[in-house]
Amino acid sequence: MTTTARQPLTIAGRELRSRLILGTGGFTNHEVLAGALEASGADLCTVALRRLDPAARGSILDVLDQAGVQVLPNTAGCYTARDAIITAQLAREAFATDWIKLEVIGDDRTLLPDAVELVAAAEALVDDGFVVLPYTTDDPILARRLEDVGCAAVMPLGSPIGSGMGIRNPYNISILVERARVPVILDAGVGTASDAAFAIELGCDAVLCASAISRAHDPTAMARAIRLAVEAGWLARGAGRIPRRRYAEASTPDEGLPVFDNASS
Amino acid sequence: MSPAVTVNGTERDLPEGVTVAGVVESLAGAAQGRGVAVALEGEVVPRAQWPTTEVRDGASIEIVVAVQGG
Repeated sequence: MTTTARQPLTIAGRELRSRLILGTGGFTNHEVLAGALEASGADLCTVALRRLDPAARGSILDVLDQAGVQVLPNTAGCYTARDAIITAQLAREAFATDWIKLEVIGDDRTLLPDAVELVAAAEALVDDGFVVLPYTTDDPILARRLEDVGCAAVMPLGSPIGSGMGIRNPYNISILVERARVPVILDAGVGTASDAAFAIELGCDAVLCASAISRAHDPTAMARAIRLAVEAGWLARGAGRIPRRRYAEASTPDEGLPVFDNASS
Repeated sequence: MSPAVTVNGTERDLPEGVTVAGVVESLAGAAQGRGVAVALEGEVVPRAQWPTTEVRDGASIEIVVAVQGG
């Protein structure tokens, strides 16, 4: 909780206090979401758009308003650039925000991004004035292409959405981070707190978590754990880790080591 | 003949001359509106145009709201 850990993240000119962004999917109800939201310290939360259900009670927007967090609408469930663009335009109309977490997926089994449709949608939305934060693979080249069309950040996956498999290819994430000129937000695969710390240690600017928190046995406790992990990762990264070595290096000096005679002789 | 309009995938008979505002109200009640967005025939209709945009017979309209996700 030092000033270093609190150094704000700036995306498209907007300062975010927290480097943990909360995905709101998977919470059993709004009360559980509200508890986790508070514990997470997040000031940006995703929401999705779905057909209006006249029987639904209470709006998630009330929960988010009460917590004082900003809304990041997503295009979850879109398979084509066209659908994602219309969904983003609907979100802008519904929430009065130009920010969009762009998701264009390839199939419902992997939920992996469709790179071709993703870049097309990103380019069209940037041209239409959106602040585009695309959910992408951990491919540094694709991230670069998304930057080139004007995305405000890139959101690579650590592993598939909801898989809890952590960061399967840390080398790709670190290469992606080294080359990125926009903020990098690790967006999928976090299973527990250590995954979030690892993402920040690898150089990511922020972490987005949904399932790891919402589907935990105790979502509020996990929200706090991941919040602290993000802060810990940030502090550790700033502190500078020691190099890895193949052999031991004693931390205790040899100098002054007492010598004992062999007592049995 | 009253226009038949597909609202969120379900066909409904609505009054002659019904507007987007009228369709939203028929589905959600007058209190609704916050965080609601509408696409008519795949094009977003800005809120300011809801009262003046007529929904014709055979049209398809999608009315969406915020839900948990992402």
